[in-house]
Amino acid sequence: MTEPIEEVVQDSPQRVERGEAFLDVRDLKVHFPTDDGVVKSVDGVSFQLERGKTLGIVGESGSGKSVTSLSIMGLHPPGIANISGQIFLDGQDLVTASREEVRLLRGKRMAMIFQDPLSAMHPFYTVGTQIVEAYRVHNQVSKAVAKKHAIEMLDRVGIPQPDRRVDAYPHQFSGGMRQRAMIAMALSCDPDLLIADEPTTALDVTVQAQILDLIRDLQREFNSAVIIITHDLGVVAELADDIQVMYAGRAAEYSTAEDIFDRPQHPYTWGLLGSMPRIDRERSERLIPIKGTPPSLINVPEGCAFNPRCNYAHLNGGASETERPELLDTGNGHLVACHLSPQERQKAWETDIKPKL
Amino acid sequence: MTTTDAEPTPAVPAIGEEILSVDGLVKHFPIRKGLLQRQVGAVQAVDGLTFNVTRGETLSLVGESGCGKTTTGRLLTRLLEPTSGKIVFEGRDISHLSEGRMRPLRRDVQMIFQDPYGSLNPRHTVGKIVGAPYRLQNVKTEHGVKRAVQELLELVGLSPEHYNRYPHEFSGGQRQRIGIARTLALRPKLIVADEPVSALDVSIQAQVVNLLEDLQEEFDLTYVMIAHDLSVVRHVSDRVAVMYLGKIVELADRVSLYEKPMHPYTVALLSAVPVPDTKRKGKQERIRLQGDVPSPINPPPACRFHTRCWKAQEICKTTEPPLVELAPGHQTACHFPENVEQPTAKAE
Repeated sequence: MTEPIEEVVQDSPQRVERGEAFLDVRDLKVHFPTDDGVVKSVDGVSFQLERGKTLGIVGESGSGKSVTSLSIMGLHPPGIANISGQIFLDGQDLVTASREEVRLLRGKRMAMIFQDPLSAMHPFYTVGTQIVEAYRVHNQVSKAVAKKHAIEMLDRVGIPQPDRRVDAYPHQFSGGMRQRAMIAMALSCDPDLLIADEPTTALDVTVQAQILDLIRDLQREFNSAVIIITHDLGVVAELADDIQVMYAGRAAEYSTAEDIFDRPQHPYTWGLLGSMPRIDRERSERLIPIKGTPPSLINVPEGCAFNPRCNYAHLNGGASETERPELLDTGNGHLVACHLSPQERQKAWETDIKPKL
Repeated sequence: MTTTDAEPTPAVPAIGEEILSVDGLVKHFPIRKGLLQRQVGAVQAVDGLTFNVTRGETLSLVGESGCGKTTTGRLLTRLLEPTSGKIVFEGRDISHLSEGRMRPLRRDVQMIFQDPYGSLNPRHTVGKIVGAPYRLQNVKTEHGVKRAVQELLELVGLSPEHYNRYPHEFSGGQRQRIGIARTLALRPKLIVADEPVSALDVSIQAQVVNLLEDLQEEFDLTYVMIAHDLSVVRHVSDRVAVMYLGKIVELADRVSLYEKPMHPYTVALLSAVPVPDTKRKGKQERIRLQGDVPSPINPPPACRFHTRCWKAQEICKTTEPPLVELAPGHQTACHFPENVEQPTAKAE
């Protein structure tokens, strides 16, 4: 994960055969200069993702998860965000690539499912027109062929009567159907990388279950790499192979889904797990919330960004308040950014946290 | 109706006295068309609800969007007038009270709204927002309104110094606390909370859930909670009513609803909840409901769930199943309920 080669790559021109994994994000920083100060939405995030695998990014609002995905897609308007670091998609650096190059990648190589399909779709064009448009950008086919493809895609995502529905407008669809239509649009060119940003947050549980099944089935079929961004730990547990827990623009913990749920190491992850009522366990009398509120990204606390809300910050002899913890491997690729010593962490997990979850 | 909790609820002893009773509550929103605005149909948002709320308990209404749970909440607080049916609050029929006659009662029945951004006036200070109920109801406070408001702010976990700030200076969780402080100002007896935590982050959600529980204990409040997150509902409720297309399909205490759901719709809802446990990944028995909720303008006849139900038979399309008590305190409206010892043999 740490990269000695980074220095070499730093300012090299576009198209370097770099990045070991299919998607390789290295030390990504996205800063927004504002009148009140620099908003460090993403401040040094690295992860890798192979085809056919799913990465879950979890965190509260303002933790930088959506901003990360928008920078992979190249959707930050120019001149607003300062982006540094590298994003390699199949060897091509997206940060240094021109907007036109990234535009050609969108749709074909990578696609995104947004949280709110009503605002992500154009209200003036029919659903079919919008899918056809995306398809024809990347495929030299006639409108009729593209429309047939659109109908197939709508059928594929489970929209009833797709041949009639293709001519409907977004507002004529229900929330779940709109979300499916957007998935159909995102998948119309078989993207290699699919980013789903809170794909089910606006939906009811029954529809959510349908959509999650759908994403899983389609991933198997197309062998895509999938990034699922959510605040719902239940959703990531269902889909993700690996999970990155984000806090205040940085990764707090990164490991396999099993490790995150069975052996979480970061106090923030403990907090998230304790805050959630669990339908699969005995009902606890009280939830264990994380005290305080997420920090402002203009004024991120000194040292570990989580220290004002952490119950264990006092155990580190002041390091939590002054020194920013690095994301380090604690064994088996389980990365944690925390000052707690392994013994203390183990003790806290075994005695304080685990029995109460 | 008595609460039949298998485990005693420590928060509030069931006093068993009815605070609210609802009988055959109906709300149809007319659809008008044409020059003469003739009524051509109606959105049958709520179509015949009957339930009671006992003092000190938490009753939750759950269901998918469009099932009428929010409309029910607005009817209970009389922000809407019912088309027919009766709402009796503390022995008094409030179903058709005029706005003026309703006003004194608003002290006792308050509401918490879902959207902490939309429910606070951005041009008013926190002090003005939280103090508004005193002003509107002409309530005299012992040490002045300011002092009372500051006490309320402390009660909900905010600082009294926040008195002169504006809503935009607060995060979502803090705004929800401001809304709760306003709700509590007049010491209501019944609070209708419409998705009080669903707009909040997970860690903040837990803080607000705990706050609501503490306040219930301290002031002996009765909650009608409207929510769609079944994990949260299980945590907070004493009894749960599951709604589908304007009707209650199942009403039971928390333990039996979650352990022995009877209505197929409840079974499907519970099976769809994603569980944060990777060991159950892919193994979870999930009932996939087909399609979406039908339109409440033209709901299916008889049992409204029959179009999506995997157990549906002929009788479900012709006869509406009544909401009957199949186990103590456990009402279900289904011809073929699950988890019943001797299945009601109604089919031919």
